[in-house]
Amino acid sequence: MELCNCIEPPWPAGELLMKYQYISDFFIALAYFSIPLELIYFVKKSAVFPYRWVLVQFGAFIVLCGATHLINLWTFTLHTKTVAVVMTTAKVLTAAVSCATALMLVHIIPDLLSVKTRELFLKNKAAELDREMGLIRTQEETGRHVRMLTHEIRSTLDRHTILKTTLVELGRTLGLEECALWMPTRTGLELQLSYTLRHQNPVGFTVPIQLPVINQVFNTNRAVKISPNSPVARLRPAGKYMPGEVVAVRVPLLHLSNFQIHDWPELSTRRYALMVLMLPSDSARQWHVHELELVEVVADQVAVALSHAAILEESMKARDLLMEQNVALDHARREAETAVRARNDFLAVMNHEMRTPMHAIIALSSLLLETELTPEQRLMVETVLKSSNLLSTLINDVLDLSRLEDGSLKLEIGTFSLHTLFRETYNLIKPIASVKKLNFTLSLSPELPEFAIGDEKRLMQVLLNVVGNAVKFTKEGSISVSAFVAKLDSLREFRAPDLISIPSDNHFYLRIEVKDTGLGINPQDLPKLFMKFVQSQPTKNSSGLGLAICKRFVNLMEGHICIESEGLGKGSTAIVIVKLGIPGRSNESKLSFVHKVPRNQVKPAFSGLKVVLMDDNSVGRMVTKGLLVHLGCDVLAVGSGDECVRVINHEHKVVFLDVSMPDVNSFEVAVRIHEKFSKRMDRPLIVALTGNTDRMTKENCRRVGMNGVLLKPVSVDKMRSALSDLLEKGFFVESK
Amino acid sequence: MEIVGQLQKQFVDFTTSLYREGILDGQFVELQKLQDESTPDFVCELVSEYFQDSEKILTNLTTALQQQVVNFKVVDDHVHQFKGSSSSMGALRVRNMCIAFKSLCEEKNLDGCLRCLQQLKHEFYLVKNKWETLFRLERQILEAGGAVPFVDYRFY
Repeated sequence: MELCNCIEPPWPAGELLMKYQYISDFFIALAYFSIPLELIYFVKKSAVFPYRWVLVQFGAFIVLCGATHLINLWTFTLHTKTVAVVMTTAKVLTAAVSCATALMLVHIIPDLLSVKTRELFLKNKAAELDREMGLIRTQEETGRHVRMLTHEIRSTLDRHTILKTTLVELGRTLGLEECALWMPTRTGLELQLSYTLRHQNPVGFTVPIQLPVINQVFNTNRAVKISPNSPVARLRPAGKYMPGEVVAVRVPLLHLSNFQIHDWPELSTRRYALMVLMLPSDSARQWHVHELELVEVVADQVAVALSHAAILEESMKARDLLMEQNVALDHARREAETAVRARNDFLAVMNHEMRTPMHAIIALSSLLLETELTPEQRLMVETVLKSSNLLSTLINDVLDLSRLEDGSLKLEIGTFSLHTLFRETYNLIKPIASVKKLNFTLSLSPELPEFAIGDEKRLMQVLLNVVGNAVKFTKEGSISVSAFVAKLDSLREFRAPDLISIPSDNHFYLRIEVKDTGLGINPQDLPKLFMKFVQSQPTKNSSGLGLAICKRFVNLMEGHICIESEGLGKGSTAIVIVKLGIPGRSNESKLSFVHKVPRNQVKPAFSGLKVVLMDDNSVGRMVTKGLLVHLGCDVLAVGSGDECVRVINHEHKVVFLDVSMPDVNSFEVAVRIHEKFSKRMDRPLIVALTGNTDRMTKENCRRVGMNGVLLKPVSVDKMRSALSDLLEKGFFVESK
Repeated sequence: MEIVGQLQKQFVDFTTSLYREGILDGQFVELQKLQDESTPDFVCELVSEYFQDSEKILTNLTTALQQQVVNFKVVDDHVHQFKGSSSSMGALRVRNMCIAFKSLCEEKNLDGCLRCLQQLKHEFYLVKNKWETLFRLERQILEAGGAVPFVDYRFY
């Protein structure tokens, strides 16, 4: 034994087994070194390997294992201690690393496995999404088709176009061989072929509506596959091999009344049309679900479009009808207007034409009565006169009444004195009553206001009529007229609903009672009194219209008129109630007592008349000038006599000289004016304005050759009449 | 339109009171008739002219009556002028005062004249005040958008 510090191998060196071990160790080492290399190479290639540090660990383990086996090669022969130490180190390290790796793999391998499962899961998901994408795409396609179809269908309001377009577009979108629409006939018992796609002229086939296949289709709102042999589908020439599949769908036909907001399309009158769609024959095509859905949607849209078209048609018809009616109404209105105009023209003409001869007759008859006549002749003439008076009154009444009837008569409201009204009536009737030896009394209640607002003329007419009647039909006895303010209860007894307004501050009800002891009236005839042209008794020959007109007037005055009588021979009482306004206690709208002077009615009668005015009082000058300007004159106003004489020329027609001026002797001015104008023609007329009424002034004025004297202050009316007299006659006389 | 109604009523009441108290007479009514669309300010201008003229006359009267030796003819002339213009305007009380004044002048009663002058001034300023109020009321009505009612004195 040598002291080489060597370690003896465990077995003899020359054995075969050792050789094999040697070779194996070599190859193991080789493999162990190449595996990490491969790993590194491949991991470098893949970018996503998550566990790099695992690799490092694994690599280390493998490398160390390899190193161990490599170093083992040296231990087969005699080897130094160093080699043994290296070997041992390598083995120790390897042991450590491999243990660590083993421990770590316990953690890692489940993770790696789960990666795999996740991968599988993702793959499945991707496949699912693909499927769904496919579905959505198909749906989108369908939607696009529907939108396009709808657009086409709804872009027109013409029924025919809608249906035709539907069929064409459907045919195109779905690639149909034939598409047909069956509409219900008017009777509703049959379906008639109305539109087809390919065959241009549908021959007007009809099928009864009660077929089971049709019922089946009508009972559901889905598109239904039907047999190609059913009557509605037998549209193409038979032949070829295999007719394509056929689908039918109902198309609701809606009426205006069906549009309830919440339950469309539940239909009350179930009228449907049938749309039949046929796929091309000899193609193996089948109806897909999305195509069926498309068909259903289109059917609904067509229904809506058709209903819109129907609404439009109806509204056009209604509009045409309205226009026709408008034209007719317009025509009628114009005719009515023409008629009214014609009537008014007639009335206006006849008014004048009728009255003139009437007046002539009456006037001449009256004159005739004044001459010498035999009793017979006198009687005849009296009758003529009476009849013509009657006729005249009748004519007036007719004209009045026709205006009253059509409401064109308006009351002329104004303020008037009640006392004056009654007094005048009394004065008019008294002579007649005296002649007939009747006692005639008038009594006015002290409560009656002095003034009232109403139509004085017409109220007088009514009063005269009523009182006149009383006098006419009373042979002996008395007539009494009394007027007072009506109390509310007395108004109520007339149970007139229009008399409900309570007398207020603005108005009151005037009640006039005319009692007579005359012939009386039969109670049966009372209602007929106020009717036109009704003669109640042979003795009564009042103009048939008098009371009727009175009633109309009284109604216009919101009042009431009636006649009471206890019977024939017992006299009668006429009661008139009218509504009158009270002046002085009213609001703006009833301010009629301060009526506006109709300023524009005063037409300047002397427009452009050139005058000169002389007055040294500036205020008085302004006043007179304003007055003359208001009458339309062209006024030159001067303040002194000299100026007056200077400015006056032949254009001036009138000169007004104020005679009350103390300084100026206006008479002298007048003389000078006369001297200025030698010719009488050119001379202006001279008028004196004076505040003095004494005779001296008037004498002086006349002596100087003035053409008139006006007393100041001069009112508009006085000036107007003075001027017109002056221009007409060359002078005027002042009337007090 | 409540305000307009009230203003109009106020106006009417005021105007009628003027007539009733005799401050104005029918001549003023006539003057108002002379005013129309072509002369919308006729009355107003006339009244202003009257005020100016009257002030002048009153000043002259005061001066004339303050002279050492009073010339009653001159005074009478002034009063005559005043009477004329007042009666043209319808200022009744002023006019009547002028008539009284004239008779005092004829009597050459200086004290009476001085007293009358005072009264005349009083009456004049009264009517002036009333007219100014009247025009103010008219303006208020017009500004409120209403129309000025025409008051006919004959009913009072």
